[in-house]
Order: sequence, then C-alpha cells, then structure tokens
Amino acid sequence: MDAKFDIQDLNVYWDGNLLLKKVTLRIPSCQILGVIGPAGSGKTTFIRSLDRMNELEPGFKMEGRILLDGEDIYAPGYDAVTLRKKVGMVFALPVALPMSIYENIVYGPRLAGIRNHDQLGGLVEQSLQAAFMWDEVKDRLEMSGLRLSGGQQQRLCLARVLAMEPEVILLDEPCSGLDPISTAKIEEALTALKKKYTIILVTNNTKQAARIADQTAFFLMGELIEIGPTDRIFTAPIHKQTDDYVTGRFG
Amino acid sequence: MRIRPRYTQWLAVTILGGATILTLAVLVFIIVFVLEKGLPVVNFGFLFTNAEDMGRAGGIFTTLIGTIVLPLLAIIVAAPLGISTAVYLTEYTVETRATKIIRFGTDCLAGIPSIIFGLFGFIFFVTTLGLGWSILSGGLTLAVMILPTIIRTTEEAVKAVPKSYRQVSFSLGATRWQTVKRVILPNALPGILTGIMLGIGRSIGETAAVIFTAGSSLRMPSSVFDSTRTMAVHFYILAREGISSENAYGTAATLIIAVLAINLTAYWMMGRFIAKRS
Repeated sequence: MDAKFDIQDLNVYWDGNLLLKKVTLRIPSCQILGVIGPAGSGKTTFIRSLDRMNELEPGFKMEGRILLDGEDIYAPGYDAVTLRKKVGMVFALPVALPMSIYENIVYGPRLAGIRNHDQLGGLVEQSLQAAFMWDEVKDRLEMSGLRLSGGQQQRLCLARVLAMEPEVILLDEPCSGLDPISTAKIEEALTALKKKYTIILVTNNTKQAARIADQTAFFLMGELIEIGPTDRIFTAPIHKQTDDYVTGRFG
Repeated sequence: MRIRPRYTQWLAVTILGGATILTLAVLVFIIVFVLEKGLPVVNFGFLFTNAEDMGRAGGIFTTLIGTIVLPLLAIIVAAPLGISTAVYLTEYTVETRATKIIRFGTDCLAGIPSIIFGLFGFIFFVTTLGLGWSILSGGLTLAVMILPTIIRTTEEAVKAVPKSYRQVSFSLGATRWQTVKRVILPNALPGILTGIMLGIGRSIGETAAVIFTAGSSLRMPSSVFDSTRTMAVHFYILAREGISSENAYGTAATLIIAVLAINLTAYWMMGRFIAKRS
C-alpha cells in the first residue's frame, strides 16, 4: 500500500531534551491511524512534527526525515504554509475563532485565495455536512462561533479543517473534553471521512482507538513501541508494555 | 487573639469600599468644582468667537482648533508607528536581550516628564529642523511623547490574544502577516484603542511640551507651519498671568467636557465592536 507519510529515524529535541527517539513508521493513506500512549509519551510532539507546528516554538530541534508523498517536508525550500494547507490539525481544546460560524469555516479557503461567494457557501455547507453539524447550525451561520457548545465547537474545528480540502487530518486528542454524544458524532464523522483522507488520531482513550482506528501505534517515553492493525495491537500485542497499556495495567 | 472571619470580612469591605468612595469623591469634587465655575461662561459665542485682548474678552475658538489639530497630528503620526513597532516586537521577534532592552527603553521614555520632550522638540524640531514654533513641531513632539504609551499598551493587547488563536490560524495555512491581520489585530483592537485614547488624553492636557514647540499664538493658524495655542496652554496663561479667571475656568470646563465626550465615544465604539464579535 502507498505510504502517505514516511517517517524515518525521527528525533525531536526540546530545549535539549530528547522527546522522540528514532521513530520510524509509514502511514498509509485513506486509513485512520490511532496513536496511543500515556501522557508525556511524545504523541502530541509526534503529530505536531507532521505539519511543522513544533517549529513555531523556540527551542525545537529535529533530526531524521519526514516524507509526505515522497517529499521531505523539512527540506529547505519546502514551505510550511503550503504544507499546512495539505495537512490540517484539530487541537485538543476546541478553539473557535471569535468570528461567525461562517467566517470560521471560510478562514482557510479565504487564505487559499477563494473569493467567490457561491464557492465559499458551498464549502461551508459541504464541510458542516461532513462534520455532522449542518442541520444544527444551518439557520445561524452568522452567529459567533464562541457561542456554540464545546462539542459543537470541536466539530466546527473539524469542519474548518475540512473546508481547506486537505489531504491529511491530524487530530490531537479531539474528544478529551467532550461528552459521549459529541464524541460519538466526531467518531462517526471520522469513520466516514477516511475514504477520502488520511487521518491520524492521537487519543488518550484506548477504547476510541479500538473503535475507529485501522492501525494503532503505541508510544512510550518518546519511543514507538509497536505499530500494527488495531485488532492485533489490542488482542495479540508483541510487546509486554503494549499489552500492559491496552489492558489498563498502567497509563 | 484571632479575629473572627465575620469581622475581618466586614473590615475588608469597609476599608476597600471606603477607599473607593474617597477616590470617587475627589474626582467628582474636582469635576463639579471646575464645571460650576466654568460652565456659566461657556456658551455658543464663547466656543466660536476668537479671543480678544489676550483672552480677557471674547471666546476660545482658535484654542479649540489648536486642541483638535495638535493631538490629531500626534495620533496620526504616533499610532501607525507605535502599533507597527509593537506588533513587530511581539509577533516577529523572539524574546532576546535586544528586545528586552528596547522594552526597557520604551518604559523609561514613558516615564520622562513632558517638559523634557518639550525641550527636545524645541531643540530638534523648532531649531535644528527649522520648523519654528508651529503645529508641525508641536504635533511631532507630542507624537514622540505618546509613542511609548501606544507601544506598551499595544504590546500588552497583542500579547493578551490567546496563543491558541495563533496556532489555529497557522494550522489553517496562514502566514504570520495573515495571522496578524485577520486574528491578532481585530482581537487586540480594544486594547490598542485604549492606548490611543490615553495618548489623546495626554496630548490634549499637555502644556509644557506644547508651549516650547507650538508656541502660544492666539491667531487662527492657516497652515501646519503656524504657531497655535491649545486650550490647556490657554488656561495656563490666563490663570498664571491673572488675565481672566472666568475665562480660564470656562476653558477648563470645555476641556473636561471634550475629554469626556471623546472617551464616551471611544467606549461606545469599542462596545459595538466587541458585541459584534462575540
């Protein structure tokens, strides 16, 4: 199968501390990769390396290579802004920008230079449909995004990423602050979206990975311990640490 | 012996509330005092006729013009410069020794007595650049004087914009400038406006820096190269030289009302802007 991302010997340092050690993996397209591991295991650092969000913070240093469709995204001359248009990110805390629902969603497309009103309107409907919230908000698109509930805001964030028409969607514990119903809606949306997108889902909730991920990667203390089909990771893990984590003996 | 929480609570409310009432009382007293003495003089004719006989008779029309023009010029010059500097310092540079020194420098500048700026303006704009006592010299001097305030308030306003907004903007493929333009400046605007209001307030009330640089001519200026007199300077001269205490208080009352009107307008605009976004 084609690898969307090919990560080779990735080391990430922060203020001199080694946060990721020799991480090597291939991420196939049109699948959900679940990334699990206890807090501080490097999951967030890992996905933030994939759209170069890490480098916005001072003190970040990386070694190794990350190829997206065969191209090194850290090569000099590879533009981070172009990369982030292809690789969207949904953060752990839902952050609606202080503007209307409509303006939140067209933020990315506008940056990409789309001015046509009908086209923008089409994108708004399409992305909200895909995030399973069109019916909830279609009559109040002019309302401020800040007035939505947490679960709605997070789906708004997902819709906002979808409106950029990216190739990859990164989600950093997107459901950590959400109620079970909002979580179910997001999971439903992601399952539908994987036909078109490569999805990388960092989650604190191993059950969530078991429910929707095709492959699961287990991180521990900055190292990728094991990666494989989700069924196998949860039923017949090779490493004892993985077994201990997925069965809830620690973490 | 331990005092019961009920009593300490009562004591705290009394002391804090008392301080508030005392502060308000002083403010209200000053305003009422000046308005009571000045308002009887203020009428349409007072505002819109020129001063006669050094201000002993007639109105304050030319000083009204001077009070509008000088701060306006100062803001037109200082706001773009100050806001740009602040955005550059906070968004485009990493915190280093150099930015710390710049910040310390602006803090020091903000605390310098205005007469020093007046002296600087006199030596630099009036004499060295040969602009003479003029609206231009005065406006530029005021601009230099309020620049640190605008830089600092803008910096604080920009820093107060949540980091998560920046992250979201970058993650959606925005460049730094797009992020500044679409997310940071709109959200920092109320704070930036506060800085501009402080700047306007300082320049309207300024006397020392203005006398040295814009002079105190009572004639109607015909260009920015003419000297002018602001209401604050007019008040100072009328009171200091014992020319006319009625007209001095009339000028002061007008000044207070003007500052109040400007502030109310600014708050009203800010309120509308915030309501639209949340």
